[in-house]
Amino acid sequence: MFPTPIQKASPFAQTAYKVVLPLALVLWLLPLIGVAITSVRPASDLAAGNYFGIPSGFGGVENYTAVFRDSPIGLYILNSFKVTIPTVIGAVALSCLTGFALAVYKFRANLLLFFMFVAGNFIPFQILMVPVRDMTLKAGLYDTTLGLVLFHVAFQTGFCTLFMRNFIKGLPFALIESARVEGVSEWRIFRYIVLPLMRPAIAALSVLVFTFVWNDYFWATVLVQGQHAMPVTAGLYSLNGQWVAAWHLVSAGSIVAALPPVAMFFLMQKHFIAGLTLGATKG
Amino acid sequence: MSEAVPSSTGYWKKNQQRLAPWLFLAPGMAMFVIYVLFPIIESIWISFHDWDGLGDKVWIGLGNYVELMGDDSFYTSLKNNVLWLVLYLLSIPAGLAVALFLNQTVTGIRLYKSLFFFPFVISQVVVGLIFTWFYAPDFGLFSKLIENLTGQQIAILADERFVTYGIIVAGLWPQTAYCMILYLTGLNNINPEQVEAARMDGAKGIKLLWYVVLPQLAPATFIAMVVTVIGSLRSFDLVSIMTSGGPYGSSQVLSYFMYEQALSEYGFRMGYGAAIAVVLFLIMMIFITLFIVRMLMQERNS
Repeated sequence: MFPTPIQKASPFAQTAYKVVLPLALVLWLLPLIGVAITSVRPASDLAAGNYFGIPSGFGGVENYTAVFRDSPIGLYILNSFKVTIPTVIGAVALSCLTGFALAVYKFRANLLLFFMFVAGNFIPFQILMVPVRDMTLKAGLYDTTLGLVLFHVAFQTGFCTLFMRNFIKGLPFALIESARVEGVSEWRIFRYIVLPLMRPAIAALSVLVFTFVWNDYFWATVLVQGQHAMPVTAGLYSLNGQWVAAWHLVSAGSIVAALPPVAMFFLMQKHFIAGLTLGATKG
Repeated sequence: MSEAVPSSTGYWKKNQQRLAPWLFLAPGMAMFVIYVLFPIIESIWISFHDWDGLGDKVWIGLGNYVELMGDDSFYTSLKNNVLWLVLYLLSIPAGLAVALFLNQTVTGIRLYKSLFFFPFVISQVVVGLIFTWFYAPDFGLFSKLIENLTGQQIAILADERFVTYGIIVAGLWPQTAYCMILYLTGLNNINPEQVEAARMDGAKGIKLLWYVVLPQLAPATFIAMVVTVIGSLRSFDLVSIMTSGGPYGSSQVLSYFMYEQALSEYGFRMGYGAAIAVVLFLIMMIFITLFIVRMLMQERNS
């Protein structure tokens, strides 16, 4: 193990480590802690110039109520769910199929297609912006959540295919071989042999895609204009323009916007990290 | 299984393994071709035109590119992109340092690790808003800190000299968390015997890290490089949220410059925007190609 386990160090070093650890964490998360505290700070504190001091009271109820009552953030959150959940389902479903195809079959274009998906995952969004916006307009999907969903499904399929293909490659191929010998059809091999084994990959991809799409800001501004379809990232930015210097409201809004992916991360931590660190250990 | 089967099923049975991959690929590939592959080609095509997004496209050949070469904003963006690229790489050693710090087995360390990872999970919009607030002159926490250190008040996001650095620092926060998690996973999987053997030989500290541990972390370093380089060139959200490219366009990057030109409030310049996007695309293709070549070598070896 590297570095040397702290248990082997001197008692002084051990104590020092245990003291420094929480301090480092507080320092690291200081921006977030600041926001969390401000979100429960009474508005009068800000007027009095008390921005980073100890709050004079608890204004959390008022602030969060004000955010939901006086702004369409509830609607924005709903829109984000309307974009994110169908995207997760669509991208994961499509990539189960593509990943299976690229992992199991040998055909000439296999690697070429695989690298097409991989490369597509890394290109700058701007090279897609003008045509995708134009296409969405022409299809009558501009300013709708469906327009965002379709784009996100297509784009995330690239990353998901990379992930699924490598995951299925790691499964024992003998399972598929023996099923073929038994005369099981290719579809049934996929549906009843491979798909049940893909559960961990599906879970990992679901949380990752959820976070990526929830946090998307670029496409939310390019493909949506009106409140009725606006996701919370773009919504929060426009609210920031209205709440000039009302940092207690901005903070409460930020916390609300950040909560779903944070909750997702905590609930599915193991899968999330497994997904994100794919490839960081071998190769 | 000896009953007579219709001939169509017979054809299917014979060719199933050849046809199946294409059927499995069809829906995903269709989406990908429509929304990714085709738009790339279309963008390149549009970049040779003058187009406001509504009327007819007018062919102007390399006109947009020629204009770009004489556009000061383009060079500002390019310079800032280089700055982003170079400084963003700091998140790799920083992430390694945090990972080494946290790679212990004391009570509650799992929770510490996930809390350190937090900045990566939240949206860049939120990160941008938080840092804007911390940089706010007069009362922002960072502004106060800088005031105490340097003795003068600096409005970081309103000062052309510092604005890009200020935004990059905000970007380094989540990116360091990302690199940290890559290295933590890597550290979990290093070969303890090699480390112990090196220790027996008297290696320790930095030398042990450099000669024994880091080579084993190469895959993690590679992934960290890829995501950091790509992330730095993709930087858009923070610039848009924190400064909208200002003051006077001094914190522009190519991605934001493109967006601003294409959907400008003074009229849409889709052709010019597409040309900027093509330049950014070509720059990124260099790195994407390097990545693909390495992956290809891995595939050949396995």
